[in-house]
Amino acid sequence: MNTTTRLTTVLVLALASTFTMFAKAQDTVKDTDMHGVHMPESKSKPSQPKHKPNALAPATASSPAKSSGVHGMDMSSMHDMPMQQQPAKASVPPTLVTSSSSVQSMHGMDMQGMHVAPQSHQGQTTEQDMASMPGMQGMPMQAKPSADMQHLHFGQMIGTRPKPGGLAGAMDGMAMPSMQGMDMSSMQGGDAPQDARSSDYSDGYAYGSMPGMDMNDNPSIGMLLLDRLEYVHSRDGGNAMAIDGQAWYGKNFNKLWVKFEGEQADGKLQDLRTEALWDHAIATYWSTQIGVRHDFGVGPGRTWAAFGIEGLAPYWFETEATFYVGPDGRTAARADLRRGIGSGLSDAEVGLRLRYEIRREFAPYIGVVWHQRFGRTADLARAQGEHADDLQFVAGFRIWY
Amino acid sequence: MTTMKLRGAPRFSPSRRRFVQGLAMVGGLVGTGILNAARAAARAPSVLTGDRFDLSIGETPVNYTGNMGLATTVNSLLPGPVLRWREGTTVTLRVTNRLRVPTSIHWHGILLPFQMDGVPGISYPGIAPGETFTYRFPVKQSGTYWYHSHTKFQEQTGLYGPLVIEPARGERFHADRDHVVMLNDWTDVDPERIFAILKKQSDYFNFNELTVSDFAHDVSMLGLRGALKERAMWNRMRMSPRDVIDISGFTYTYLMNGVTPAGNWTGLFQPGERVRLRFINGSSNSYFDVRIPGLKLTVVAADGQDVEPVTVDEFRIAVAETCDVIVEPKHDRAYTIFAQSIDRSGYARGTLAPKSGMEADVPVMDTVPTLTMVDMMGAMAQGHGMQGMDRGAMAGMNMASMQGMQHSQMSGMDMSGMDMSGMDMSGMVKAHHARTEYHNPGVDMHVDYPRTNLDDPGVGLRNNGRRVLTYADLHTIGGSLYPHEPVTKDIELHLTGNMERFIWSFDGVIFSKAKPVHFPAGRHLRIILCNDTMMNHPIHLHGMWSEVESPDGQFQVRKHTVNVQPAQRVTYRVKADALGRWAYHCHLLYHMEAGMFREVVVA
Repeated sequence: MNTTTRLTTVLVLALASTFTMFAKAQDTVKDTDMHGVHMPESKSKPSQPKHKPNALAPATASSPAKSSGVHGMDMSSMHDMPMQQQPAKASVPPTLVTSSSSVQSMHGMDMQGMHVAPQSHQGQTTEQDMASMPGMQGMPMQAKPSADMQHLHFGQMIGTRPKPGGLAGAMDGMAMPSMQGMDMSSMQGGDAPQDARSSDYSDGYAYGSMPGMDMNDNPSIGMLLLDRLEYVHSRDGGNAMAIDGQAWYGKNFNKLWVKFEGEQADGKLQDLRTEALWDHAIATYWSTQIGVRHDFGVGPGRTWAAFGIEGLAPYWFETEATFYVGPDGRTAARADLRRGIGSGLSDAEVGLRLRYEIRREFAPYIGVVWHQRFGRTADLARAQGEHADDLQFVAGFRIWY
Repeated sequence: MTTMKLRGAPRFSPSRRRFVQGLAMVGGLVGTGILNAARAAARAPSVLTGDRFDLSIGETPVNYTGNMGLATTVNSLLPGPVLRWREGTTVTLRVTNRLRVPTSIHWHGILLPFQMDGVPGISYPGIAPGETFTYRFPVKQSGTYWYHSHTKFQEQTGLYGPLVIEPARGERFHADRDHVVMLNDWTDVDPERIFAILKKQSDYFNFNELTVSDFAHDVSMLGLRGALKERAMWNRMRMSPRDVIDISGFTYTYLMNGVTPAGNWTGLFQPGERVRLRFINGSSNSYFDVRIPGLKLTVVAADGQDVEPVTVDEFRIAVAETCDVIVEPKHDRAYTIFAQSIDRSGYARGTLAPKSGMEADVPVMDTVPTLTMVDMMGAMAQGHGMQGMDRGAMAGMNMASMQGMQHSQMSGMDMSGMDMSGMDMSGMVKAHHARTEYHNPGVDMHVDYPRTNLDDPGVGLRNNGRRVLTYADLHTIGGSLYPHEPVTKDIELHLTGNMERFIWSFDGVIFSKAKPVHFPAGRHLRIILCNDTMMNHPIHLHGMWSEVESPDGQFQVRKHTVNVQPAQRVTYRVKADALGRWAYHCHLLYHMEAGMFREVVVA
């Protein structure tokens, strides 16, 4: 588009993660603290396509961990949410959970083992529900104001290639000590001062009956975004097509929001995650999203209830965090952090995309994505003849209307 | 007509230069009556004089960019004809709607019965298709004003024109010639589409975001640490220091009297004459910085009201303001009238010349303005005990806490990096926020200590080496109309918004969720406006004057549209003597449509 054409290099700083929350199988939850997120798996399938660009589905594997639920889900990127910093303890070794491990041992975020898929774990957890996640009962949650939230250290997250313990360490300062310390209502702007005035100057006067008012300051508007419509070539030789997008329709503070992310390889649909959500603005840059999700693809089709937030964190990080609850008590979470208009990624990836913005609405790109697996995940991958790390070449479009 | 490309889809010219400059020549179209840039360089705008006017509103094909568009016009003209009234007469205006949709005309800045004010849903139901509405009212004032549609986005598509009212007792300032200079922003894109785009990606039209080289410049000024801190501060707040206006020259072609820069509207003069230029910003969403290199501008009226003459090099004209200047070109040469948009994404341009066809150099646009601490924090970033702190030190302040700060105290603000001991808060005026500004997704920031000074020319004009007009320079001749009437009621309203979601409001409440504002009849009120955003907002009260006060509460200048700069507090007095219902709103059309609008009831 001529002069408005821009050649943009997009360094994708995404640290999106797909991880399992530990199911609380039998034990009563006593521990309300949110410790580190352990992300032992992202897929329950025994194996995945080598070229898989993203782990699309949240982990479905569960384990008998005696954990109380969402541990250390990092919400600290949400600037307005008062949270208290808590020094995290050492991160978990890259092992799957042992049932005896106490929650205290799971501080920090462990991104290892994301591709391990011990199917044997599946179904072991049956009773987990959202109620087992302290503080998750009904957003918004009780506030525990703290000024510390203002001090974030994204630098530690950005561009950091996760290594065992490394990311966990980087996130120590951001661990959310308690979900109960999260106050959706104060995500923005703090509280009104004591002497705040009324904005009602009507003295009882109402609007008149004159017809013809055509102001429409809360219009219904729709948007379709295909963030990635992408061809992926993996160093291992596999090729795939990937799509990641969303569409919404609605008014200022309430929208119907549809998300989809999927991948096709070898002529068949590998994964397709679809979500239909009610998006409700709760703060300047944040909305809650509640709805359902259904997964299609080679794995088992699953339907989940979805609870999440979406918004813009300080430093322009587009952030999504969603919790999922399946009918059999399975739970999962997905977090996605993108800088700028980069593409969404899963697992631990660092990508570089060179994008040519022909116009705002249409931007083809090419790029490389470095995908790293760690620890036992890596071992397993190697055992299956895959590389522990994967270098992918991508080419695609970003389109919206 | 059927083969023409109508508005509807964004469509940008293949030639950026042609797009910005506009077409200079007729495009070989067969159709007749097509307005284009070649129209009347040197041709005077169409003028209608008298006390009876017949105006016809219809659609007219136009071609300003190489693409055909359909404009909404008055008497098939863009701008509409200059209407010359005379103070003391009663005018009758028969307005016929030849559109397929309702329309309206509002007489901007005119004191009249509210039923004649032309706002659908408030003054009257609007003018239905095929209908003729007759406006009739006495003319009680003089000066330069304008008229425009108050229906949907018709103002964006061309429905506007100049109003000039001759004083009953003759002009106070003699001039040998008189030219109206109306500035507008034209787009080929359907404004409904622009509005939707802004709701989806509010920075869509901004191609001036800070770059690596800007950062390098900052490093040279502030050092690496300072530059990083400053950048981090803005990013932490999720705000852009380059977000000075929503819509840019990316889609706008700026017009002077309906002529593109390439078309070069020309006003004639004879050397030695005193020439009065009646500037009107009739654009929908564009601020202009106006100057005429080689000539001093003597400002003699603001918003139609005579002011004590003040000579400047340049002035900023907010949307809907008017500004009359007198120039005295002595030489037999051409002078460029240069009106660059506030974000330097384009400009309107014309020429003053002894004969048509002459041109002068067109200046290079200034550098893209960057909002500063003052625009973000108001008085907190001004003098007030902070002397000696350099910009780098300010950048070290944790502004993120502005968003979460407890307003009853300063403790929420992390000033640990600064020596606060010398800070004197006593000179600052505290904003009185509304409860509705909190826990509100439609509000993205609060300014607790806004700046109150009027002598700031605004972002992009500070210290530019030229003498730039400010509100502090404007003194209405004769002073207040109600000098001895004490103010008996204050109404504080805050200008609020969420730039990311593109929601705009007063006190965090959009029009459709708000109640009317009651002005008790006959009372002398003080309106206190605090700008809790980082954009300028031109606030227009229909039906009554806004008598702006200086920071110490003295009468400053009488206006119909009051610009409030980012993080600024401006007060003005209103004599609530016009019974009825009136519109009160931000005159950035897209802010108004997004909710920055109130109905005022005088009763």
